[in-house]
Amino acid sequence: MDLLIYAAFFLTMALTYAVICLGLNLQWGQTGLFNVGIAGFVAVGAYVSALLTTPAIDGRLGGFGLPILIGWLGGGLAAGVLCFLLGALTLRLRADYLAIATFGAAVVIQLALLNLEGVTGGPFGIGFIPRPFGILQSHANLFTLANLGVMLATVLLSYLVLEHLVRSPWGRVLRALREDETAARALGKNPVTYRLQAFAIGGFFMGLGGAAQAHFIGFIAPDNYLPILTFQVWTMLIVGGSGNMRGAILGAVLVWAIWALSGSAVSALFPPEAQARAASLQIVMIGVALCAVLLLRPRGLLGEAGTLRARRPALFSKASLSKGTHSKGSKTNA
Amino acid sequence: MILQPVMDGLVNGAIIGLGAIGVTLTYSILRFANFAHGELLSWGAYLALTISAALGAMLPALGTPIGPFSFGWSVPIAMAGSILATAALTLATDWLLFERLRRSGAATIILVMASFGAALALRNLIEFAYTSSPQYFTNALQISREILPGLRATPDQMLVVGLGVVLVIAVHLVLTRSAAGRAMRAVSENPQLAALVGIDARGVIRMVWILGAGLAAIGGIMSGVVVQIRPTMGHDLLLPLFAAAILGGIGSVPGAMLAGLMVGLAEAFTVQIIGAEWRAAVSFVILVAVLLLRPQGIFGKAMA
Repeated sequence: MDLLIYAAFFLTMALTYAVICLGLNLQWGQTGLFNVGIAGFVAVGAYVSALLTTPAIDGRLGGFGLPILIGWLGGGLAAGVLCFLLGALTLRLRADYLAIATFGAAVVIQLALLNLEGVTGGPFGIGFIPRPFGILQSHANLFTLANLGVMLATVLLSYLVLEHLVRSPWGRVLRALREDETAARALGKNPVTYRLQAFAIGGFFMGLGGAAQAHFIGFIAPDNYLPILTFQVWTMLIVGGSGNMRGAILGAVLVWAIWALSGSAVSALFPPEAQARAASLQIVMIGVALCAVLLLRPRGLLGEAGTLRARRPALFSKASLSKGTHSKGSKTNA
Repeated sequence: MILQPVMDGLVNGAIIGLGAIGVTLTYSILRFANFAHGELLSWGAYLALTISAALGAMLPALGTPIGPFSFGWSVPIAMAGSILATAALTLATDWLLFERLRRSGAATIILVMASFGAALALRNLIEFAYTSSPQYFTNALQISREILPGLRATPDQMLVVGLGVVLVIAVHLVLTRSAAGRAMRAVSENPQLAALVGIDARGVIRMVWILGAGLAAIGGIMSGVVVQIRPTMGHDLLLPLFAAAILGGIGSVPGAMLAGLMVGLAEAFTVQIIGAEWRAAVSFVILVAVLLLRPQGIFGKAMA
């Protein structure tokens, strides 16, 4: 029974990552937008939701005590708006400018979390974030299972919404733009508009996942949102299979399991003074693994289904060529 | 008081500029934003630290400070060794990772992502090997001298700025006056055309890596001499490097150096006026401003 409850708790956490990973799959898997600032958007979702739902505290802004649902939606919207702004700034330019801009945004968000003490609580973070079904807290098992239920429903709903979007004509345009931008433009589709929409919607789900996470842990601090989080979510998507919504969910659960297990192996096997070193080696191995998957199996466990692509490399090079012409074109306009 | 941040800014700016030259060359010739470039500065510094410590242990005489500087001959010798070793490291990374991806025709963004994975592995490898506590080339204290009224600098700091200026002129001359430099610029302008006239693209790519790694190693060592050596030093410099490379105009070596100095000065004045805790935000603000106002950078060459 204890094991079952632990499994439920573990799965709840893994599913919060699944929501973030679904958002990344819309940005990267479907649209080919490289976001290196995931940690920042997740943090925005978590902090906005926490500010909206926690009770008021002296010396800190916020604490509006609103319902959790509003907090989650607010967190998602805030992250989505931020993505929209960054996308509007960079999506007209070369593809990797977005990567640099999101990387920078995550750095600045991290700084803001640490230094805007009046809003974020600074290094001490924000505690007492209300948890879903808080009334059940005295029945520990029931409470855990209810939380798992909430998260299962959130993932299912996110999956259905995104899958519907991706299968709609809108989703087809995204893939058309990703594969052959020139052809899609010839059909009168404005690439920037579509990419911007996809980037913002993906950001919404990152914020939502961050909000959900904050409410399950009940406490947030800047240290939860270091670049390693970005990296974890990326590994989840690449391992699961980018372009495939089910792959994103599978990857999230699988990689979180590997991460949690190797983490507890490190703390069990190494003496305390060697644990920091062992943990850095753990990250080295995962970095190498990401590169290896990119080289050996770029499609991940569940590849993208139902696309008319012969070999991914060939199509990729075509996509990159068309990106090159696009950026040249936009420069003459600028 | 007003002038002092100028000196601090120039010192940091020279280090940023040295790294940004590598970023801008990789960007314009290999055509991707290399997120692992910052780690080359850290690796350069740590490799030099290892070599100079070994030299110092074998021949203690090398540890006695040269003239007014805080370090002995072991550091310049270690610098030469570190440049070679860092170049070897980048060539190995290219051979293991980037070259394979290039050959399979992977999109730019896949290369960016691979560099992101490589950065994580390289950074944490340093932390594993050397732990996360900061280290120093020497423990000698330096007294700063007054150069102008209200402007003080240590000899080490002046050396960093001087070396930065010398190196940027040297690299600029190599790129504009030598056959190898012309080959590099040709590949950056148009790889297909360059291949048609018989330029060996692989040789050019190797040269870009060696040049970028060498400058990064020097930048990292200089940073270690004037500040300290930490596993995260390269990661912390990455955003300033990108900001400088983009502000300077992708592909422009003098632009990267000039923009590096500007980023360094902006950081120094931010520390002075707003506070040290917001220093890391400066590069982002500069980046956003450049992307909004002049995406082609100061030296307005169109980006390919």
